[in-house]
Amino acid sequence: MSAAEEVVAEGHQAVEAVPKRAMTLGTGTSLVVLAALIIMPIFVKNFIIFQMTMLLIYGLAVLALNILTGGSGQFSLGQSAFYAVGAYTTAVLMEHFDVNYALTLPIAGIVCFGFGFLFGQPALRLSGVYLALATFALATAMPQLLKLNFLEHWTGGVQGLVVTKPDAPFGLKMSQDMWLYYFSLVVVIGIYILAVNLLRSRSGRAFMAIRDNEIAASAMGVDVALYKTLAFGVSAAITGIAGSLGAIAVQFVAPDSYTITLAISLFLGMVVGGVGWLPGSIVGAAFIIFVPNIAEGISKGLSGAVFGVLLFAVIYLVPHGARQVAILGQQLAGKLRKN
Amino acid sequence: MELFTNQVLAGIATGAIYACMALAVVMIYQAIDHLNFAQGEMAMFSTFISWQLMQWGIPYWAAFILTLALSFIAGIAIERILFKPLAKAPVLTNVAGFIALFAIINSSAGLIWDFTIKQYPTPFGSAPFLGSQLISTHQAGMIGVTVLLLLGLYFFFQYTRIGLAMRAAASVPESARLVGINTSWMIALGWGMATAIGSIAGMLIAPVVFLEPNMMGGVLIYGFAAAVLGGLTSPFGAVVGGFLVGIFENLAGTYIPGVGNELKLPIALALIISVLVVKPAGLFGRHIVKRV
Repeated sequence: MSAAEEVVAEGHQAVEAVPKRAMTLGTGTSLVVLAALIIMPIFVKNFIIFQMTMLLIYGLAVLALNILTGGSGQFSLGQSAFYAVGAYTTAVLMEHFDVNYALTLPIAGIVCFGFGFLFGQPALRLSGVYLALATFALATAMPQLLKLNFLEHWTGGVQGLVVTKPDAPFGLKMSQDMWLYYFSLVVVIGIYILAVNLLRSRSGRAFMAIRDNEIAASAMGVDVALYKTLAFGVSAAITGIAGSLGAIAVQFVAPDSYTITLAISLFLGMVVGGVGWLPGSIVGAAFIIFVPNIAEGISKGLSGAVFGVLLFAVIYLVPHGARQVAILGQQLAGKLRKN
Repeated sequence: MELFTNQVLAGIATGAIYACMALAVVMIYQAIDHLNFAQGEMAMFSTFISWQLMQWGIPYWAAFILTLALSFIAGIAIERILFKPLAKAPVLTNVAGFIALFAIINSSAGLIWDFTIKQYPTPFGSAPFLGSQLISTHQAGMIGVTVLLLLGLYFFFQYTRIGLAMRAAASVPESARLVGINTSWMIALGWGMATAIGSIAGMLIAPVVFLEPNMMGGVLIYGFAAAVLGGLTSPFGAVVGGFLVGIFENLAGTYIPGVGNELKLPIALALIISVLVVKPAGLFGRHIVKRV
């Protein structure tokens, strides 16, 4: 094709421009959700507490993707790789070096930050589908890399590693599951607050400027390369921490738990929760944890089809995900207040 | 040296599979501007339909033509019923829709035809081609069909009014509408054509990988990789990309020590990404210039 035939595309964005105020919940609503999350485990069985812990963990991983895609406008299908690195860091530190489980979280975060930051470098030149393919490659490569022979001493190869579940400290009379739930809750809330603050800060504004118009952002003096890789690093770090929590909660890490399917689930979680709306992450996580189970309950043989139909139903009703529901709710509340 | 030429030949033979799939991927990308993750499953379903027709006693070529027609109609129907309502939704929501379609088709095929592996006939026979042990007549036929398909598409897009209209609708929809092109139907037509091409790919691939609901998993990944490597805007690039990926994969498996079957895919993908880092729009893709 000659240069004269080059297409001039209008600057249409792959990711919607969500203003930063619209990215979070109001204080009142946040407190209600928080109270519900704190009280809930007291009334339910251990297995449900475990599921809720997984909900928090996947919520955290979806949140990380949300910062990357909804915040800085970069697409990733490779989140499962960062999740795996976090999980393995924790498992190896706990089982080979007897490090306390709580200490492994920040270490996993730092390791994944470095990994994500480095991966962000070649990814800089790619965007859209090309970036999707690059991250996809990372996700497909990760399980194979974890199975490599010379790493087997540390990673346990195909068999993976068993992780011991921590007891509640300070002699608290609490089941392991419940303790882990509250532990995860504290970590998740801490990271949520950090993430909200990050997006409201100078760096967050830089992310959003890049998302909305890269060229304009660089004209305003935003270091595009730095902030794009930084977004990858931060997202990888949070995903890694989610991975470590996941390893502790499931008590087991194996290469085949972290395949591309996990990355696709996290992506679906982000879409269902609403791209660029941080509280939606937990709604999205609920979707990817519970809907496959519901689909299996409706029909064993056709569970995939039922899941697909439910997913279609959701994206037809609310193409912008849970964010759309929240906006509708707000408008309704506003109208009621006026009357 | 003989090992090298043999591996390249074997690479070309598998590359033909990827080239077919990549061509279908590029077709739909041209029409709708998205990568369709359900493409492989649609091709698999078409292949099952042709298999079912043959089970009912219809001869190969009649089943082939009938499947093409059915796939074309099914592609248009999927677009009209499922994706037209999502035309105004965000891009990522559309991608979620493709994943949903993937799950639906895969699971239904499993229920209708179950997950056992089935033999699929080839019209070209499977004798060694020109005395070579590495390429069978089927694989040679496959390469031939891919090239014919490519030529046909080239003439369709370059020299027919409707081909021109489809290109216009995909690249500048607003202006295309202003000159009286029904862009919405052009998209549907693109879906139909992509599904038909996918069904050809499926029917050619099935004798090699055997017929089962998950047969397209690996092939689609390589197909995407090939399409992206060649440049998503160029059908010719897709075919070249397909052959290159096939050759890469084989050579990496042979010459890099410690690379078993498991590491072939990551290495092929890594190589493709290194190419993309140097040429971000793919080898033959047009660079899209954005208006600020």
